[in-house]
Amino acid sequence: MAITEETVKKVAKLSCLELNEEELHKMKQQISDILDYVEQLSKIPTEGVKPTSHVHGVTNAFRDDVVKESLPVEKVQKIAPDFRSGSFCVPKIIG
Amino acid sequence: MKDFEAVIGLEVHVQLATHSKIFAVSSTKSGAEPNTFTDPVTLALPGCLPVLNKRVLDFAIKLGLATNCKIMRESILARKHYHYPDLPKGYQISQYDKPICLAGHVNVRVGGDVKRIGLTRIHLEEDAGKSVHLDAAPISLVDLNRAGVPLVEIVSEPDIRNAEEAGAYMRQLRQIVRYLDICDGNMEEGSLRCDANVSVRKIGATEFGTKVEIKNLNSFRYVEKAIDYEIERQIGVITSGGTIVQETRLWDDVSGETRSMRSKEYADDYRYFPDPDLLPLIVDDDWIDNVRKTLPELPEQAYRRFTNTYKLDPYIVELLTEEKLVSSYFDQAVSLHNNPTSIANWITTELFGRLNKEGTNLTECPVSPENLAQLVKLIDDGTISGKIAKTVFDEMFETGGSPAHIVETKGLRQVSDSGLIREAINAVITANPEQVQSYKSGKTKVFGFFVGQVMKDTQGKVNPTLLNELLKKTLDS
Repeated sequence: MAITEETVKKVAKLSCLELNEEELHKMKQQISDILDYVEQLSKIPTEGVKPTSHVHGVTNAFRDDVVKESLPVEKVQKIAPDFRSGSFCVPKIIG
Repeated sequence: MKDFEAVIGLEVHVQLATHSKIFAVSSTKSGAEPNTFTDPVTLALPGCLPVLNKRVLDFAIKLGLATNCKIMRESILARKHYHYPDLPKGYQISQYDKPICLAGHVNVRVGGDVKRIGLTRIHLEEDAGKSVHLDAAPISLVDLNRAGVPLVEIVSEPDIRNAEEAGAYMRQLRQIVRYLDICDGNMEEGSLRCDANVSVRKIGATEFGTKVEIKNLNSFRYVEKAIDYEIERQIGVITSGGTIVQETRLWDDVSGETRSMRSKEYADDYRYFPDPDLLPLIVDDDWIDNVRKTLPELPEQAYRRFTNTYKLDPYIVELLTEEKLVSSYFDQAVSLHNNPTSIANWITTELFGRLNKEGTNLTECPVSPENLAQLVKLIDDGTISGKIAKTVFDEMFETGGSPAHIVETKGLRQVSDSGLIREAINAVITANPEQVQSYKSGKTKVFGFFVGQVMKDTQGKVNPTLLNELLKKTLDS
């Protein structure tokens, strides 16, 4: 299934990715291949089959409203490349 | 201007007052040091799974029942995708085509009329973190304490026509969630946030105009001012030959205007799909009935009951039903002494006035409903005068003591003994022959002077009706 360059650009933007010309072509090809592969599913007759969002056949898994210990900040900050004043530090985003 | 009408729908986010987050075990408390309430689920660490907090669903069902919604037997949690640093997973867990509640309504009082505003849906979702944008450096700081705090979003039908209705609707929602005890209703802290969809059209048109979304209106006043401004702006654009662009705008309270925020072109592409990590939610009749049993009397019902049963003034009823705490206080007092009008007046004038002055509220009120009822009873059975009652009330507020005890220990009991009152009158008359003269010569205005003097001499304890009667008799004789 052919995918347009425009669509690839849009998906890249939604994913916050910057692609150069070469990468754009490569992605276009790869995404098209993936879509072709998945496209095989459309050959299966699904008339009368109820749309399924979950395959487990299980429902209602809940927890009680109980607070448990949170992670200590010293541990949390280790996973961040930049952590200042107790906060995750990211490039400026304008709301 | 009068050829146009506005069409407004509100999306109100209500922060639910649970202890723990919607899918994680961290606390929902606000005001803590940044990032002290995080855990693997909140941080979206690989390999961890969200599990729904059951109380969130209970609260949503409660709200649905209170707003006449249909509670859906099956609902689904879905992923809404967008990239923002305060959303670690890269998607927000929300509900899409199968929300927990559909098709409800609330009745809102606007001016003297009641207007029904339809609710399209109520759905569950998680809050995002908080980001602070620094002016001095090209960085933003992210605090994830709020990420994963449970919200419900209440989406109204486009039934609202002006700012006043929007404000009344939002106040009504706040009142309901506070009666239900599912949200603290604290606007300053963002427990209730509103986005408004506003469009205008020529009166008589059947199609809607292009709508503009105004984000993050976190006070009643902002909601009203932003909508007023936006309606005028849109009419201005159209009447000067322009067209409205579908966009998101922000209310700027400093300049008093809305300004464009971003194009919706991309933001709309949320690529919703059912979250495979979370199982479908199945709610049966028993569950709904159990939640229904926990419903308190709702503000609208309390309003009707107070108006019909007690025949109170609408403005007073409004004040008494504003909060469940107040309506229960009133009910309790009236159940002990059946004088609703007087009790209502004492609550809304003396009690509220004093609470306001002290900067406190009914939760910390030293005057119990029992004591207030007793005070009114003492007035009604003639033990104390209305004037003395204010002194007693002040003492009750200071000490928390019972009015009967205060009246006895301070000797404030009203004097209704005619003999004693006559004595006091005679003493005043003897001491003021000039005033007696001028009264007799027709200047009946000095009557008030005599009343004042007797009251002064008796520390205000004399029964005023009796005093007036006896004084008049004495002077006219």
